[in-house]
Amino acid sequence: MPNRSLNTLQPGESAVISSVSADETLHHRLTALGFRIGREIRLIRRGGLKGPLQLRIGTTEVIMRRADADKVRIAAAHPPR
Amino acid sequence: MKSVALLGMPNTGKSTFFNRFTGASARVGNWPGITIDLMAAKIPLGGHLVRVVDLPGIYDFHGFSEDEKVVRDFFEHNCVDLLLIVLNGGQLERQLSLALQAKQLGLPAVLLLNMADEAKRAGITVDIDKMAAGLGMPVAWVSAKYGEGFQDASALIALALAGSQPTDPARLRENLRADDEIEAAMDRLMDAAVRIPKILAPGVTERLDRVLLHPVLGLPLFFFIMFLLFQFIFTLGKPMQDGMAWLLAQARILGLEPLLSDLPAWLQGLLLDGIYNGVGTVAAFVPVIVLFFLVMTVVEDSGYLSRAAFLMDALMARLGLDGRSFVMLLMGFGCNVPALMGTRIMRSQALRRLTMLVIPFSLCSARLQVFLFLITAIFSVQAAPFVLFSLYLLSFATALLTAWLFKGRFPSSEPFIIELPPYRLPTMRQIVLRAWHEVRHFLKRASKFITAGVVAVWVLTHVPLDAPPASPATLAGHISAFLGPVLSPIGIDAQLAVVLIFGFVAKEIVIGSLAAIYGVEGGALMGLMAQKLDWVQAYSFMLFTLVYTPCLSAVATLRNESKSAVFTWFSIVWSLLLAWLVSFVFYQGARALGL
Repeated sequence: MPNRSLNTLQPGESAVISSVSADETLHHRLTALGFRIGREIRLIRRGGLKGPLQLRIGTTEVIMRRADADKVRIAAAHPPR
Repeated sequence: MKSVALLGMPNTGKSTFFNRFTGASARVGNWPGITIDLMAAKIPLGGHLVRVVDLPGIYDFHGFSEDEKVVRDFFEHNCVDLLLIVLNGGQLERQLSLALQAKQLGLPAVLLLNMADEAKRAGITVDIDKMAAGLGMPVAWVSAKYGEGFQDASALIALALAGSQPTDPARLRENLRADDEIEAAMDRLMDAAVRIPKILAPGVTERLDRVLLHPVLGLPLFFFIMFLLFQFIFTLGKPMQDGMAWLLAQARILGLEPLLSDLPAWLQGLLLDGIYNGVGTVAAFVPVIVLFFLVMTVVEDSGYLSRAAFLMDALMARLGLDGRSFVMLLMGFGCNVPALMGTRIMRSQALRRLTMLVIPFSLCSARLQVFLFLITAIFSVQAAPFVLFSLYLLSFATALLTAWLFKGRFPSSEPFIIELPPYRLPTMRQIVLRAWHEVRHFLKRASKFITAGVVAVWVLTHVPLDAPPASPATLAGHISAFLGPVLSPIGIDAQLAVVLIFGFVAKEIVIGSLAAIYGVEGGALMGLMAQKLDWVQAYSFMLFTLVYTPCLSAVATLRNESKSAVFTWFSIVWSLLLAWLVSFVFYQGARALGL
């Protein structure tokens, strides 16, 4: 699964960010929140009624809409060191 | 053959430029080291055949997107003799960074400021010589769309190309790697020096979230918590308000009345019945408002507001808003003015305006005073919290209805991403500071609007002095007669009409004015209101007060923040219209049911 969207993560599942294809606004916002290539990201839960995703990246928790999460591509998490 | 690469941010007209520059003779080529197809063309330039490559649009070299990786790969594997940087000449304050990055990386470049036509229309001028000197690269205006400036630009490019050295991919790779080095060094340092549990221990926040953010229970829980908070404020606030009212009445009887007994009767009336009763009735609510803000402070600082954004975003998205709009609505419960200013975090103008359109419907603390007063006067102790809560729900309902009605006019696709802080308890200091801030805020408003408003209402309802106060013969009586046809269908009588007019300035004036009109305050005024109004009239009056324009400060803020008089007027007219409709439907409906 080389190129899934962040939106396909299951609650509790982790992955590594492989690329972000967003416009400028979103790009800067994501950078500011610590979204970088190679960072591990975990889905904590999905909001009800197609609500936003709750994610943890490092020690930061963020919520983002599913449509925005679709712009972030992920790859399988690193094997545990 | 020399080669030239075209670089720019997305949507700067780079491809239009490419097509015009190369005469649309482009062919798609595959480049070593990268897997994506790039547009390329061979054109004669300055007597030589030159290869021109169109690179994907990027925001910066230290990229995280596919496109930025493509560009980096390109430079790490290909020699380029010259870089053509295409920027939108109208957005240089944002886009110039790309040219500076190219300079820092030592790439030979010519800067082309595209969209000359748009920049010119926007009144933007650029001192080309100063810009060129500052960047250390030639600069030229072009309009790719209209084909202007191409001759000069071509000459400039040919000249720069003749004197330029090809790039060294190996050195570039080193330079760009410096970025990756920082990342790697950061990771190493974090690994070595900082211990973070791989999955944070299932702490309090996580356990709380499991319940409070539950996909099904989350929302009902949110409203239940809100109800409990208002119940708490009401139960605790009532005796505080009674105590304060008693203190103020004692001060009048024991202190002010003997002191002012030598003054003429009309001046005594104005000072005691007008100003003192008016401001005093409002001041009696200060303890409740302070209590209210203490609770708000705890909620705001606890991190639960961001959770509310999470819970409500799905619903708000269907109304053209987002989770942050909902948080602003909640903030508006304190005061609409800072909530309106809080919309600055939104970048999309449409989303911001739609949020600013709904915020004035949120039941602010000034309106809360009016409702506490009337509810206590008219409804039983058991019914009171539910009546108040129904007004909070209606406040939401009118806000959401407004968003739903007008979302088509304010379309936006702003991304919604916010940080979720862990739950925290506010410090004592934060709480005390906040309470003091609110008392000061009240005193400021009291000195500015409330006193003036109360005096004006007293004058309107007592002039001419020989007429019975608030009777049809007074100035207020004439105004009410004029407004009667509009306000009698919603059950609002003459005196209340005058009060509503002044409520436009500030809602605190509303109860202050009632005190000034009838010359009584506190419990006596409540008793009088209970005689004058039945519950249907009182509720209709409260509905109108809830929905129509919050206050002059909010209108001024709306004007400042939206920078649009049309939008501000639209907001005022819509809220007046909606207020009347809501009250009309309720009042006539209740009467039709025989209530």
